[in-house]
Amino acid sequence: MDQLVDAALGRSFGLSGEEYDRVLAIMGRTPSLTELGIFSVMWSEHCSYKSSRVWLKTLPTSAPWVIHGPGENAGVVDIGEGLAAIFKMESHNHPSFIEPFQGAATGVGGILRDVFTMGARPIANLNALRFGDPSLAVTKRVVDGVVRGIGGYGNCVGVPTVGGETNFHRSYNGNPLVNAMTVGIAAQDRIFLSAAAGIGNPVVYVGSKTGRDGIHGATMASSEFAADSEEKRPTVQVGDPFIEKLLIEACLELMATDAIVAIQDMGAAGLTSSSVEMAGKGGVGIELDLDAVPQREAGMTAYEMMLSESQERMLIVIDPAREDMARAIFEKWELDFAVIGHITDTGRIVVKHRGVVEADIALDPLAEQAPLYERPYTEAAKPAALGDVDDPVGIGPALLRLIGCPDLASRRWIWDQYDGTVGGQTVKRPGQADAAVVKIPGSARALALTTDCTPRYCAADPEAGGAQAVVEAWRNITATGGVPLAVTDNLNFGNPEKPLIMGQIVAAIRGMGAACTALDFPVVSGNVSLYNETEGSGILPTPAIGGLGVIADAAQAVGIALAPGLDLVVVGATRGELGQSLWLREVLGREDGAPPALDFAVERRNGEFVRGLIIDGVVTACHDVSDGGLLVAVAEMVLAGDVGAALSLAPEGTAPKVGAHGFWFGEDQARYVLAVVDGAAVMQAAQGAGVPAVMLGRSGGDRLTLHDGTAISVAEMRTAHEHFFARWFA
Amino acid sequence: MQAGIIVFPGINRERDIAMALEGSLGRRPRMIWHRETDLAGVDLVVIPGGFSYGDYLRCGAMAAQSPVMRAVSAHAARGGYVLGVCNGFQILTEAQMLPGALLRNAGLRFLSMDCHLRVERADTVFSGQYQRGQVFRAPMAHGDGNYFADADTLDRLEGEGLVAFRYVDASGAVSGAANLNGSARNIAGVLSANLRVLGLMPHPENLVDPLMGGVDGKPLFDSLAAIGVA
Repeated sequence: MDQLVDAALGRSFGLSGEEYDRVLAIMGRTPSLTELGIFSVMWSEHCSYKSSRVWLKTLPTSAPWVIHGPGENAGVVDIGEGLAAIFKMESHNHPSFIEPFQGAATGVGGILRDVFTMGARPIANLNALRFGDPSLAVTKRVVDGVVRGIGGYGNCVGVPTVGGETNFHRSYNGNPLVNAMTVGIAAQDRIFLSAAAGIGNPVVYVGSKTGRDGIHGATMASSEFAADSEEKRPTVQVGDPFIEKLLIEACLELMATDAIVAIQDMGAAGLTSSSVEMAGKGGVGIELDLDAVPQREAGMTAYEMMLSESQERMLIVIDPAREDMARAIFEKWELDFAVIGHITDTGRIVVKHRGVVEADIALDPLAEQAPLYERPYTEAAKPAALGDVDDPVGIGPALLRLIGCPDLASRRWIWDQYDGTVGGQTVKRPGQADAAVVKIPGSARALALTTDCTPRYCAADPEAGGAQAVVEAWRNITATGGVPLAVTDNLNFGNPEKPLIMGQIVAAIRGMGAACTALDFPVVSGNVSLYNETEGSGILPTPAIGGLGVIADAAQAVGIALAPGLDLVVVGATRGELGQSLWLREVLGREDGAPPALDFAVERRNGEFVRGLIIDGVVTACHDVSDGGLLVAVAEMVLAGDVGAALSLAPEGTAPKVGAHGFWFGEDQARYVLAVVDGAAVMQAAQGAGVPAVMLGRSGGDRLTLHDGTAISVAEMRTAHEHFFARWFA
Repeated sequence: MQAGIIVFPGINRERDIAMALEGSLGRRPRMIWHRETDLAGVDLVVIPGGFSYGDYLRCGAMAAQSPVMRAVSAHAARGGYVLGVCNGFQILTEAQMLPGALLRNAGLRFLSMDCHLRVERADTVFSGQYQRGQVFRAPMAHGDGNYFADADTLDRLEGEGLVAFRYVDASGAVSGAANLNGSARNIAGVLSANLRVLGLMPHPENLVDPLMGGVDGKPLFDSLAAIGVA
């Protein structure tokens, strides 16, 4: 391909003029097309984190139980018994709008590879999804395709999809967010890293063949959408979960031997990023012979092969003495296995094709001189607190409206399409507990897993919103009895070149960092997705948090389902904070005020009190209070257990005094509803621990009743709760 | 009772059913790679769930042509026991070891939820620890579980008592609402004429531990443990 390489071509590849000049300086000559391609994807926002890196570095990433923090393919934490949990969350936002099914499917495939490439068998998938206005036809198309795509891939590879979250807001109309999380388990002494070593060691390509799909996908993921985004469909990859399943089994079989020196999946920017990163981390060089790359199509150029994002491929540096044994494993699984190069001592990546050197780049400057921006930012003023608001509809009607609104309606329609039981270790399935609980095979232990973010809080106050996302993940794990260990983050924002957007990023990371530090809940892996804008209009800032905790005995885990005849106790103080609440939005049509206040010390105290009760076996059911407030939390417990409740507590009797709507629908943090056999004993324990708690009422019957005589049947609540998706996709 | 689990590429519930079998039989099942053809010493052949060969052709169609399936067929012809679950059921129908076919779910969506099954006969090696008419819960997870056969075949199955399980509501009543995938006559599981080959769509192997929500599926594996070896 004799294409003129110049600054204009660089621009079309996403490199600024200044970045192109830097390429010229490093190369000392005009780069070849392949070289320009390599620079452009390695320096894309997606691969280089050039706008966010200076801020990401401020996040806390260590704790005694952290084995590998950010910088590897996924984060690794010690979960006891010599085992490690390996996990990460990653976005596939842009592709999922262009082609929802394949975009979401390959998002799942990519994050699975990040985890099993480190030696872990994946045991759970989760996903955090944000969609546009449900009244739009395009939203329905995207929701349907994304859900089918996640299910189509996860169900086939046999990894249970056990949890996640879904929000709707018009800001996602042209930019849905698909954040997929995978969690795997490995022995601590069998963890595989990506740093290449051993001069002369063969570089092996395994998995699917390389085609022309996904070329410049990483670049696409680093720019805004315009009206022509449909034309970008060829940059979306196509997934093959069957091959992925074979790849998992073959890699794990190979990992049981001592053949692997280093291994990395070919994710964004495919062969380029895997080879550059492996050699770079190892401080060595790498030479590739592209003639040996298994190819799906004839006549592919070096440029196309280096930039292809064909799925289900891995790159392995292997012990040459073990090559034949390794080859036999991949032949058994009927996967391609090709030696496509070797490790050198040159510190350069050299790419040869048909006897011609198509690229020859020094690795150090490619990495070290990668652009790093301290972009100008402006932080918006903190929102004014919400003043007094009147309740125009009454408590009962507001409850029915809330539990039926798109953000709170039952997600059964979604999770019914995901295989949640394969593996035979799912202790708490979607909807059964605040976090999914998955037992570790061969151990009594279980992991508690959740994804959380409240984007409307982040929009109002990015710092508070970033912190709240972390706190809610911590709380959801705590509410199952889990000890929160670490998080993975997926930072979704608009265009960082706009100071206000950059200000959201800076503030959200600051809030996250403060919460992670205060709760000993470090960030061990993550992903940043910027430029989530269509025609200049950005998404709500959405720093999604994936949380992981451990439960020493899976039998101790509790869910949210009420049983009859139990006392209901609210732990945590209720002040009636309605700013940015769902009640305010759904009942008054307002999205204003300040999000609820956070106090990390109170969170920690209340959470540790609740977790202690759960581990002591005192708690039958537990649910944290979040979106929709206290009454919605109780309603969700009622619906999960199919058991009513009589709430005898009068809001007027609480201090400080709040209106009934503030009491029932305020989204004050650090609260849990507990269902216990002996409420008085729990109240006494709370008093002893200095934790605010009130007796709310008692479970039983087939209605939810309030002290003022309001009564709603469980059946009526269920109809309201199940209506939204059922009608939408009828 | 020695069980052997056939592992086709793309199968994904082989470990689940191995745990269930080991829990009841007290002996670890043998994993049989799809290229093996020697089933000597295996009393019960199990074909687990998953997506053999990706199910990119009709579900189970590729696996049914695999060399190991000739051995499975011969095993059955000798009176050996065969259990096919989900993709395994699809493979058994594609291999014509059981009548009928599994079509796309009526709603054209993957279905993953617990269903209720009614035990249509308790005098088989697979169901001896259940009572006839007993209703039990089992997770299902499939896109193609809509059992179909022509009316004559269905009449014959019913007449000969070869329907093993039906989709019912919690009270045991056969209803359209309980028949989520649209199966003919709510059929969830089918037996061979000699009652030694069973195919069923739901996954009793995923409900054999109270921690996972119940032990409704355990009697099926206990039933296999209770019989002598043929």
